[in-house]
Amino acid sequence: MKRLLFILPVVGFLALLGVFFAGLGRDPRALPSVFIGKPLPAFATAPLRPGDTGLASTDFQKGEPALLNVFASWCGPCRVEHPVLMRLRQEGVVIHGLDWKEDAPAGLKWLTERGDPYVRAGNDPTGRTGIEFGVAGVPETFIIDKQGRVRYRHVGALTPEDWDQKIGPLMEQLRKES
Amino acid sequence: MRRLLLLTAALALLAGPAAAVNPDEQLKDPALEQRAHELSKTLRCVVCQNQSIDDSDAALARDLRIILRERISAGDTDGQAIDYIVARYGSFVQLDPPMRLDTLALWFGPLVVLALGGIGAFVYMRGRSPAAAGALTAEEEAAAAEILKSDGAR
Amino acid sequence: MLAEVGQFALILALLLALVQSAAPLWGAHRGDGVLMAVGRQAALLQAVFIVLAFGALAWSYVTCDFSVQLVAEHSHTTQPVAYRFAATWGSHEGSMLLWVLILAIYGAGVAFFGGTLRETLQARVLGVQGVIGAAFLGFLLFTSNPFLRLSPAPVEGTELNPLLQDPGLVFHPPLLYLGYVGFSVAFCFAVAALIEGRVDAAWARWVRPWVLAAWIPLTAGITLGSAWAYYELGWGGWWFWDPVENASLMPWLLGTALLHSALVLERRGALVSWTILLAILTFSLSLVGTFLVRSGILTSVHAFAVDPKRGVYILGILAVTTGLSLALYAWRAPAIRTGALFQPLSREGGVTLNNLFLTALTATVFLGTFSPVIIEMVNNDKISVGPPYYAKTFAPLAIPLLALVVFGPMLNWKKDEARKALVRLRIPLIVAGVVLAAALPFGGLKGIATAGGLALAAWLIVGSVWILGRRWWSGRAYLGRSILTTPRSIVGLVIAHAGLGLLTLGITGVTSWESDKVLNMKVGDSVAFAGRTLTLTDYALTEGPNYQAKSARFAVKGPPGAYDLRSEKRWFPSAQSQTTEAGIRVGPLGNLYVSIGEESDAGVIVRLWNHPLIVWIWIGGFAMAAGGAVSLSDRRLRVGAAIKTQPIAQPVPAE
Repeated sequence: MKRLLFILPVVGFLALLGVFFAGLGRDPRALPSVFIGKPLPAFATAPLRPGDTGLASTDFQKGEPALLNVFASWCGPCRVEHPVLMRLRQEGVVIHGLDWKEDAPAGLKWLTERGDPYVRAGNDPTGRTGIEFGVAGVPETFIIDKQGRVRYRHVGALTPEDWDQKIGPLMEQLRKES
Repeated sequence: MRRLLLLTAALALLAGPAAAVNPDEQLKDPALEQRAHELSKTLRCVVCQNQSIDDSDAALARDLRIILRERISAGDTDGQAIDYIVARYGSFVQLDPPMRLDTLALWFGPLVVLALGGIGAFVYMRGRSPAAAGALTAEEEAAAAEILKSDGAR
Repeated sequence: MLAEVGQFALILALLLALVQSAAPLWGAHRGDGVLMAVGRQAALLQAVFIVLAFGALAWSYVTCDFSVQLVAEHSHTTQPVAYRFAATWGSHEGSMLLWVLILAIYGAGVAFFGGTLRETLQARVLGVQGVIGAAFLGFLLFTSNPFLRLSPAPVEGTELNPLLQDPGLVFHPPLLYLGYVGFSVAFCFAVAALIEGRVDAAWARWVRPWVLAAWIPLTAGITLGSAWAYYELGWGGWWFWDPVENASLMPWLLGTALLHSALVLERRGALVSWTILLAILTFSLSLVGTFLVRSGILTSVHAFAVDPKRGVYILGILAVTTGLSLALYAWRAPAIRTGALFQPLSREGGVTLNNLFLTALTATVFLGTFSPVIIEMVNNDKISVGPPYYAKTFAPLAIPLLALVVFGPMLNWKKDEARKALVRLRIPLIVAGVVLAAALPFGGLKGIATAGGLALAAWLIVGSVWILGRRWWSGRAYLGRSILTTPRSIVGLVIAHAGLGLLTLGITGVTSWESDKVLNMKVGDSVAFAGRTLTLTDYALTEGPNYQAKSARFAVKGPPGAYDLRSEKRWFPSAQSQTTEAGIRVGPLGNLYVSIGEESDAGVIVRLWNHPLIVWIWIGGFAMAAGGAVSLSDRRLRVGAAIKTQPIAQPVPAE
């Protein structure tokens, strides 16, 4: 009995080692979305492009998976991911954009200068719409399935590696889903 | 003075969304403001390194402070206001961890350690106190008495 | 050239550490005096080479040798000299070099001062020390080389983070490391004792000064860190339960338990296996702290840049050091003769209870710090643990402990009676009761906590000073002599425990009565706050040695008298970052804290805080360290087993 007590510390420590080792791989700053597996909350935003209808949650229930890209012209990493988005648009990926925390003219200028990868685009000047689904900064990209449910949230610029390794395959899988 | 503050706040609002003027966020009702102040101390700024939204200068922190105040002004209880933000950002945003099945060890762990240690110490003490050494048997008593009587003359 | 010398010195030190690991351990096993002596020489020589290596890096920093990569990353020609020097440990690699330096110096200390130790014990201690030293030197050389060169050397360096350009950087890390690394000596003693299979009062007499020598700088370092954060970070907080702060608190809590446990072991021979376990765990927590800061497993304002490879290496060191020593403990400790008996109500019992609470407190901090990692592993959900958790768990456990602190020294060894103990303490009890009664009427539920805190502080301060009072009263016939011959260990105890009372006073004051206000002000505006009136008299641009600043000057009227406060927002062009310098008026009754924020058309944002009694937190902390130092200066503690001065009486030959 006494022996058992003395063995407790080393056993406990080994368990702790396992936790530490597993913990090494994780990113403590990563922020999983609360909406994974749940539908996007209902929202509607003003149009970014003149004569357009803006972006709303109903745009994501059109029966095909889509990306929701949150961007802003004042955001550095958005510049990095923009060419990737243009390429994806050419390949037929449906991308909708939300211009976050700036006025429509600034966002429009960005699209005119750099190219417009978005099917639908909305303007969220106060950032409130983004907060409704947990946006913490820009850029962020949400992957939405055919039923309008959030399946993944990618924080930071969307690089070609991210597409090839994670997001591309996920979109394929969502397309195959009923 | 309050009117001056209100005027200042109003003017600041008109200055434009980029001007993160904090006196501006404050509610007029001091009781509500105090509640909001206390609650913001329990919410994490998710884009910072270990700060509450009350302490942080980050834009998101400011947004959340304002939202919190809106919810409280709208009549939410403390729990409802926090739930509003947790519904959007997850339990990670609560610096006060929720009481759930998986956080039971976190909340009751300290007490369990204290209790286990206390039991351990108690068992240890009982086995070690002079009283536990036990009284002398009759034989030992007799032998002791003889030694004492003989006065050490051997 | 110098950097290469430094690197070479480190390589030599590693080789010496390997020798220091193998030779004395084998020598003690074989009873070979020569091998054991080799261990001592290796320890001394290793220290010399590491001092050389450290000196090389420090000199490179001070002379702005930007061909050394670290210097280029953390120094700048306009940076003041003191911070150029202190930047030596302002990076991961440099701080590891500091760690290794202190480890080697402690090792040399054991080699040098260990003359009165049993030779095999000293050899084994040095052997274990050598293993740890070798492991960390390997870590330095293979993953974190401080002497990497940059070619071509840049003309100017990247400045040290402006937040770190402060006197705090000169003292805080070295003090902390003296503490963390200092506990390695107790660890080595514990492992050596387990190898030997013997723990006796001589062992404890030898270990206690080293534990104290580590505890004192750790206490001072943590206190300094808190004070530094208070005036540097600009929003008046003094403890954030940040993972890295917790990493320093855990070894401190367990180290305090170790200190008291070793005391009991030395005086009464009791609590043997518990003391050994504490010695192993305290240093293990230091290692866990090192792991935490450098592995990226948790976010923190203190963390160094993350590199998973380093994390794995440190985890390896941790696994081997703690794992093997705990395994050794499981194997050998049950056989070690357990010590003297004592009743629950006795000083030993008091220390046991103290250890129990300190362990529970350590477990609390540990759970709070690592639960997010564990829970994320278990069910992939991220939770967060912050100050509100600790307020609900740490504080309730700390309060009974604080109350017990006064009882402990008043209890007799081995056996005591409750009634008698309470009678001894009647004066402190009365004073505490009076404070409680006087403070209670002031304010509802929160008022009870405040009154309790104040009463606890009074209890601690009066109860500790009362130890001296009773002693001097019973020697009152020769009061002068009585006072002068008070053993320093008792004076140290009184200062330290009273310091804890001051700390409690400060925490109670600031938590209960803190208030703040934020508003826009233009030059000429006034505001009334916390019994004072502040007027913004000036808001202009100024310059410093390596920064530009917007500086606000306030004229303050109110107790005590009139004075000026200045707060600045500083911009460091070479580091491209901004800091806020607060204006603080320090006073025994409370601090007035002013900090400016952004400016707009409405004026500049001014934040005001009133921090009642906060300065007693740091005075208390430093008093605890001072008490420890006084205790350490007591020669009785440091001299080893008594050397016989009386020769054994020789039989006189019959004439």
